[in-house]
Amino acid sequence: MKNWQSSPSLPSPEQQQGLIKWCRMNLFSSVVNTLLTLTGLLILWWLIPPFFQWAVVNSCWTGDSREVCDAAFAASGKTGACWVFIKVRLGMFMYGFYPEVERWRINFVLLVLALGLLPVLAYGIFSKNLRQAIFGVFGLLTVFYFFGIIPAIFTAAFFFLPFLLDFLSARLAWLAVSLDLWHTLIKLCLMLLVGALTFFLAVTFIGEGHGWASTLATVVLLLVLFFVRNVTVFAWRWILLFTIFPLFAFYMLVGNVFSLAHVETHYWGGFFLTLVVASSGMATALPIGILMALGRRSELPVIKVVCVVFIEIARSVPLVSVLFMASVMFPLFLPESVTFNKLLRALVGIAFFYAAYMAEVVRGGLQAIPKGQYEAAKALGWPYWRMMAVVILPQTLRLVIPGLAINFLSLLKDTTLVAVIGLLDLLGIAKASMADAEWLGFTKEAYVFAGIVFWVFCFAISRYSVRLEKKLHTSLH
Amino acid sequence: MDTASSEKIPFLRDPEKRALLYQIFTVLGVALLSYYLISNTLANLERQSISTGFGFLHKEAAFEIGESVLDYSAADSYGKALLVGFINTLIVSFIGIVLTVILGTIIGIARLSSNWLVSKLSASYIELFQDIPVLLQLFFWYAFFYEILPAPKQALNPVTGVFLSNRGLVFGVPEYHPAYLAALTALIVAIIAGIILKKWAHRRQDTTGKSLPTGKIITAMVIGLPLLAWLLGGAPTAMNTPVLKGFNFKGGVTVTPEFTALLLGLVLYTAAFVAEIVRAGIQSVSKGQQEAAVSIGLKPGQVLNLVILPQALRVIVPPLTSQMLNLTKNSSLAVAIGYPDFVSVAGTTINQTGQAIEGVGLIMIVYLIFSLSTSAFMNWYNKKIKLVER
Repeated sequence: MKNWQSSPSLPSPEQQQGLIKWCRMNLFSSVVNTLLTLTGLLILWWLIPPFFQWAVVNSCWTGDSREVCDAAFAASGKTGACWVFIKVRLGMFMYGFYPEVERWRINFVLLVLALGLLPVLAYGIFSKNLRQAIFGVFGLLTVFYFFGIIPAIFTAAFFFLPFLLDFLSARLAWLAVSLDLWHTLIKLCLMLLVGALTFFLAVTFIGEGHGWASTLATVVLLLVLFFVRNVTVFAWRWILLFTIFPLFAFYMLVGNVFSLAHVETHYWGGFFLTLVVASSGMATALPIGILMALGRRSELPVIKVVCVVFIEIARSVPLVSVLFMASVMFPLFLPESVTFNKLLRALVGIAFFYAAYMAEVVRGGLQAIPKGQYEAAKALGWPYWRMMAVVILPQTLRLVIPGLAINFLSLLKDTTLVAVIGLLDLLGIAKASMADAEWLGFTKEAYVFAGIVFWVFCFAISRYSVRLEKKLHTSLH
Repeated sequence: MDTASSEKIPFLRDPEKRALLYQIFTVLGVALLSYYLISNTLANLERQSISTGFGFLHKEAAFEIGESVLDYSAADSYGKALLVGFINTLIVSFIGIVLTVILGTIIGIARLSSNWLVSKLSASYIELFQDIPVLLQLFFWYAFFYEILPAPKQALNPVTGVFLSNRGLVFGVPEYHPAYLAALTALIVAIIAGIILKKWAHRRQDTTGKSLPTGKIITAMVIGLPLLAWLLGGAPTAMNTPVLKGFNFKGGVTVTPEFTALLLGLVLYTAAFVAEIVRAGIQSVSKGQQEAAVSIGLKPGQVLNLVILPQALRVIVPPLTSQMLNLTKNSSLAVAIGYPDFVSVAGTTINQTGQAIEGVGLIMIVYLIFSLSTSAFMNWYNKKIKLVER
């Protein structure tokens, strides 16, 4: 019988954990890697310490005039960043030349926007109505604390209206799907009536020439309420953001109604203007883009050709030339009596330019919808618009959210180009304040500040879109 | 109900007639809009007494252009000024695209490096440069040249013969000598011969199975022939080095701060996007492909050239094309830092002549040509590298 002997045990494996092992594996695994690591460290050594020295160690934070910085630098013999410049000019950087006493209006609009937008963006957190309500109450208290009772009432209406509309929408579901001719007629009459009432009220209380926008918003709300079934609270929030909110923001920011002082748009500037251009650009470009994407996919040759030509031309020219066109050619296109302000011209240019990009994103989504979806809707005998609105577009938009986010990102970055036609957005203000005789020579501070603000926003949006993409599993690749 | 099929369809319920109606409405709408815009424009032009047409192209431009490869002066015509701008755009876009692709590829590959530090460094590069507006970056580099770099007297001198100052980048070039021309001709001949040789070697390998070390032969030719021509030409070594005279440099070649800032901004910004595209392209090739290639005994270079790259390129090329177009379009931001590109010259022309419609029209046509030709070339290339299926 053979006597088995166990072989001597192997030495314990090399250390698999710990800092040294990690470094050896990830930084110094071969000669080339070691060299690369050293090069990387060298680059970091060149960049980080000098920047840190300039931005933090030698910098000057306190005080409120240039002399403080100059004195501090003279005393230490080293020059660093003079953040006092940013501190003194912060109001300008954020609000431009908007009168100081009226700046609460901007803050109020932004707060309402945040209240409206947060629940729909973080819909995972706010999936329960109760959580939305709690959030709303906190927002309401904030508004009341900072801005008083009338803004609080408006905020309450804006935030809690979706619940009411949701309730109504559920009750009216039978009416929305009804194809009965009488029902349709009654609905149309009601819309006409309420629309006329809104028009009348708007003209009486706001002023001549202000009726149409309010009427349009009301009619859109009623249209959705009467003709679309099962609209959720979130969908209502989106609809309100596209109908009521723009009106509110417009009257709030421009003023000249309800005893609010008139602030002309050439006083607008800073990061506030950046946000105005970016958000109104997005809000207008998206609907136009969707229409053009539908047109491009249309079976009607004329409509298709018109859309294709527009999209391809808009996509092949630079935004700068579109802005040029908006600032020099729009006045030529319109009759002499119609004057168009500079901001509005830029907004129109940006809207149509980005609409072409949006259209391409949406088209990608439309192409990804299985053909069976179209066929099923057609088999039910549904007309085109109903098929699109109820079956195709909801799926498409879900699919293209990441693409839209990327476009929004580049729109936000491209708002800086309005500086080229003389509008003072954050970058424009930064450049303008460098030219101030009192603060000459603080270019770096201004650019670094503007860069950080843009970077934080863009980075947040790109992270959000990546998260959304993972959550929805809609990567087209 | 049972007679419905034979019943005549009402006009508005017939899809075909409805489609026709919609299209007629569209045509009418577009026509009315165009009529409205054109009639307004004509009325406005008449009121401002601006004559339409491209006659202004022959008039004297009367403005200087900072840099030009052509011989241009303020006495030349608007047409020539626009041509100078066009060439400037072409130059900055071409150099920009080449540098962007090189830098982006390096960073994209570095992003996938097994070296933790290198990978994180390139990731931070991408995050940093992608999310800052390109115009801000351009302004920053422009300010870097004008406000941070010293005057020519205290110019930075990183390498012998290269000077960095607020007047731009100045570096020495070899003094002109016929031998260089001969060397250039030799280089072109070597490249053409190399291409022919490669094709012939391919055909020979296909028919006879014999392979040829074409890579080594071509390298030897491309380096050797120009060197030989240079030696035969007398091996001139005289250099035209920049020398500080008074307040500025004399001699050498000067790259203006505007051009350098524009190029730097565009390249650094777009390279971040290209890096992401390259990374995604390489990652799209499954690991099994590489393992299979190694296991049948291909050398590392062959694995990359014959297996990984052909597959990765198919994913990389389409988005890369759009980034190249983006760079070309973004080069129009030159107007903000004073580099005389096409948009900038056209803008000046519009301001001086009031010919807004012709000017903007020219801009659109030029960029349309750029986009169409770039995408045509890339489509050709894309077709060439497409997976050949049986």
